[in-house]
Amino acid sequence: MDDLVYTIAFYILAAITIASAIGVVTKHNLVHSALLMALCFIGISGLYVLLQADFLAAVQILVYSGAVAILIVLGIMLTQRRSMENTNPNSGWPRGAAVVCALLFVVILIVIAATPWHYSSSMAAQDTPSVLARLLFTDYMVAFEAAAVLLLAAMMGAIVLAKGGEEK
Amino acid sequence: MLHDYANIGMLLVIALLFPFLALGASYIIQPRRPGVEKSMPYECGVDTVGTTWVQFRISYFLYALIFVVFDVETIFLYLWAIKFQQLGLAAFIEMFVFMMVLVIGLGYAWNKGGLEWK
Repeated sequence: MDDLVYTIAFYILAAITIASAIGVVTKHNLVHSALLMALCFIGISGLYVLLQADFLAAVQILVYSGAVAILIVLGIMLTQRRSMENTNPNSGWPRGAAVVCALLFVVILIVIAATPWHYSSSMAAQDTPSVLARLLFTDYMVAFEAAAVLLLAAMMGAIVLAKGGEEK
Repeated sequence: MLHDYANIGMLLVIALLFPFLALGASYIIQPRRPGVEKSMPYECGVDTVGTTWVQFRISYFLYALIFVVFDVETIFLYLWAIKFQQLGLAAFIEMFVFMMVLVIGLGYAWNKGGLEWK
């Protein structure tokens, strides 16, 4: 019974994710594309839940569909246009795009087939945030502080780009 | 764990069904007598002037960007907070350094006038 529910949930979430991803590419209005991208992020977070990565799912919703999607919508609204129609035109070279996408798909398939997957026999970790917290503040301390510096650099870079550098 | 998410799944299903039922019912039972007044675009107050897609100011983008940075910080703060008792002083110092680095960024944004609303 449980397996059936999980399988149905997986296919529903995968359908939402893929359909919204296709919508991002094919919609002619950039704002619609951005909103569909937020839906795509939510679908991915649902897939994370099915993988029992509940903290990652919460982060995905909080950061990606919360903050990154807003950033992109605002970035679109910054640009001056008379109308949002046809701001996201389709490729003028669909055959080339199809060939490149097909090649990428084949490469991904080959990698998936060639990778020796190791199946763990242990149960999925319960209470993942506690485990993550312990690892983050002991083993991965340097990476944690590096993340702070990275965030600082991103913030400063954006401010310099938006406000302009020092006038000499 | 996944059983807990059944409630969220139920909420999603109801949240999806509700607007369809509400709008569908109104579509079925509504009388249709359109007029000039009724067909006008309605928002509260006066008719809109000019185009709807206006250019936003860069201030919005700066606020959004600072929001993203502190949103990421929130996640680390949450992890730190739930294990605060066990992690002890070392983690406190780590978190302090982390916060200080980001406060430098906030101070820089403030200093450059990124938070001003002109």
